[in-house]
Amino acid sequence: MQKLFTRKFSTNKYLAYLLASVFLLMAMLLGISIGTVSVPILDIIGIIGAEIFRYSLNESIDPMHSNIVMNIRLPRVILAGLVGASLAIAGAAFQGLLRNPLADPYTLGVSSGASVGAVITLFFGVSIPLAGMFTLPILSITFAFLTIMMVLFFARRIDRGMKVETIILTGIIFSSFLGAFISLMIALTGDELRQIIGWLMGSVSMRGWDYINIIFPFFLIGSFILLMNAKEINAMSFGEERAQHIGVNVQRRKMLVLIAGSILTGAAVAVSGTIGFVGLVIPHLTRLLWGPDHRHLLPLSIFTGSGFLILADLVARTIISPTELPIGVITSMIGAPVFAVILMNRRKERRG
Amino acid sequence: MLKIQQLTGGYTGEAILKNISFEVEKGELFGILGPNGSGKTTLLKMLSGVLPFSNGNILLKDKPLKQYSARELAKIIAVLPQHSSQAFSYTVKETVSLGRYAHQQGWFQTWSEMDEQIVRQVMGQTGVAQFENQDIQLLSGGERQRVFLAQALAQEPEILLLDEPTNHLDLSFQKDLLDRLKGWTNERNLTVISIFHDLNLAGLYCDRLLLMENGKINLDDLPNEVLREERIRAVYKTKIQKQSHPKVPAPQMVLLPEIKDNQTDDVSIDEALLQISGEYLALKSPIPLRTMSSGVVGSGTGWHKVFINRHVDKNYHCDDYRDDMVAFIKENDFEPGETVGMMTAVMIEDVDYQLLRDVDFSVLIVVTAGVGNAIDASRSMEHTFQLSPGTINTWVFVNGHLTEEAFIQSIMTATEAKTKALHELEVRDKVTGSIATGTSTDSISIAATQRGRHLEFAGTITPLGKLIGKGVYDCTIEAIKKSRQRVKI
Repeated sequence: MQKLFTRKFSTNKYLAYLLASVFLLMAMLLGISIGTVSVPILDIIGIIGAEIFRYSLNESIDPMHSNIVMNIRLPRVILAGLVGASLAIAGAAFQGLLRNPLADPYTLGVSSGASVGAVITLFFGVSIPLAGMFTLPILSITFAFLTIMMVLFFARRIDRGMKVETIILTGIIFSSFLGAFISLMIALTGDELRQIIGWLMGSVSMRGWDYINIIFPFFLIGSFILLMNAKEINAMSFGEERAQHIGVNVQRRKMLVLIAGSILTGAAVAVSGTIGFVGLVIPHLTRLLWGPDHRHLLPLSIFTGSGFLILADLVARTIISPTELPIGVITSMIGAPVFAVILMNRRKERRG
Repeated sequence: MLKIQQLTGGYTGEAILKNISFEVEKGELFGILGPNGSGKTTLLKMLSGVLPFSNGNILLKDKPLKQYSARELAKIIAVLPQHSSQAFSYTVKETVSLGRYAHQQGWFQTWSEMDEQIVRQVMGQTGVAQFENQDIQLLSGGERQRVFLAQALAQEPEILLLDEPTNHLDLSFQKDLLDRLKGWTNERNLTVISIFHDLNLAGLYCDRLLLMENGKINLDDLPNEVLREERIRAVYKTKIQKQSHPKVPAPQMVLLPEIKDNQTDDVSIDEALLQISGEYLALKSPIPLRTMSSGVVGSGTGWHKVFINRHVDKNYHCDDYRDDMVAFIKENDFEPGETVGMMTAVMIEDVDYQLLRDVDFSVLIVVTAGVGNAIDASRSMEHTFQLSPGTINTWVFVNGHLTEEAFIQSIMTATEAKTKALHELEVRDKVTGSIATGTSTDSISIAATQRGRHLEFAGTITPLGKLIGKGVYDCTIEAIKKSRQRVKI
């Protein structure tokens, strides 16, 4: 069934982009509209339109709605969207590069590494001269990159063939170790336990436009690098040696992809903590629907990933309202079973 | 095209290849052979630029390999790996298209008309065009291998490197792949360098072979030189025997199994095994015998268990006498595949046979002889050709182990003895009136148990030759006398 479905749809790439953008748009409108105060969708369009084109608001629109949309919901939705997009495209790239359908920033331990960097910055008040507010993402990104290099180094030491399970096991061990380290650091600074959970499970609440400014440039740079290397990722997904035979400068391209993946993960984690499985579920789903060609998989993952995280955030803040759940609770509840299914399918394939 | 000079290196620290030097010319099909661990794959990896080497040099078109970028190299050298992993379900066309990577220029690397055309062409050549939109993960091993071959060809390489390309392929694909490769080396001057596990395939297709042993070159020469029994035995440390291919001039190696069933070691072929009936004379051996014969079926060299001399009428005429003989063999519950069959117009009862013994071997001679067609070979030009069954059929069974030359010498000795018998009885050629040397359709079969004493030669004064000469002479005389008597009556 699945295969038939794939055949049928993968032929039309325009349809893929159309559906993905509609999905993102719908997610955004829903994300802005639903909450303790409900804002009608037409009003949302009016308010945002007024803001963009600088005309005065239609009198029928409640000014409080305008305030909620512009200062609370819209930044939150955009932030969730950017985080989701970053994690999804990073996940897609890691999966292609490592030929590993189970790889994502979370299972590789990269998110946890980035969290360590962020927690150090925030709780010890570290500031890099000249970097200003970018100290946070820069440290996160640095730690993310160091983590992925270490995970790959250890995985290679354990098993030269870099089997799927070996990489993931190494990543999860790193993740677990770094998570404990984060908890220890936060506890030592005497903050609340809730803060710890906020970092371990992720959240996009009460961040505002500042955080969008922090992640946006890194999202652009990281995505640009990955999109420019889509073909090379295609080649490397047949194995590094094969890619080199085809003519890819593997060492350079691989490093570029790892750096870009770290930039995206690091920036996303810096603004939202470790949100798991987005980078696993979204690329997997996108690949199932539209095929594994990274030239389309990467951009489509951006759209789908952002829409997905906006909806996840919507669920997180409304399901036991007025209390908000960490967004990672929702993504993990969806992601972990998907992880299990992929793993079982792989086993079955190998046996069959 | 490709020059390898004093190449040394391997994986971290340890040198797997030691001082390797050879050259490959354009358009050659160059085979690399060697036992496991001899460094074949390491060598191929160095040639493809994937594995760095510590010493020596590789010159590709007179320029060091290290000076080529990955992209430049991919336009000249393509590689077909032994097995390729595919984690994702790309379609066949997507997979093949990746081969164009090195040729696509510029920032956006747009897909040109030419790229499309070449991808179509190579998919056609490798026979994967019909799977174009299928998932490569769902293809069979052979089909997938062809997809990756198409991918390599899409690179439009001048050199194709292959690592045991036929490893997972069944017989027809192996032949198919190598036929194609051989064709491309001839037609478009493609240079193919391939590792082979199968010595026979290598011997069949390669222009030149490089035999590796412990990271060094044992020999770099023509297949016929490299595939020598002693050399292969020493390098691969196993028992093999060389043979020539029955149809093309290529050396072939066969394995010699160590297992031997001791129970049948004392098998002896003697007159007790002969079955004489009106229609045919048969000898059924308990074990397959090594034979060299000119029978109607089972001719040439081979292994056979059943020997049949069929009686046919003097006026027997059949266009498809071979098929007719096979049918006859089946009718009588014998297996044509293990049978040497002959025909004669002579009455089967007139057969003469004799068991001759020496110290530790023995020979059974069985002869049926009719001399209606007796001919003097030295004056056979005076005859017009006519296949009729008045003939002398000679069977020689040897309880011993014969060399190839002993088989041929047996035939010579037996023939000389037969001729002498005709001379003795003054059998004359009816056309020329001179003494005949045989008949126009004589047949002979030499069969040996290939156990017991080694009999290297069978010339007339060797122990074996002496028995054959005497036995055939005696039996032929007796057999001719018997059939003459019958004719007189």
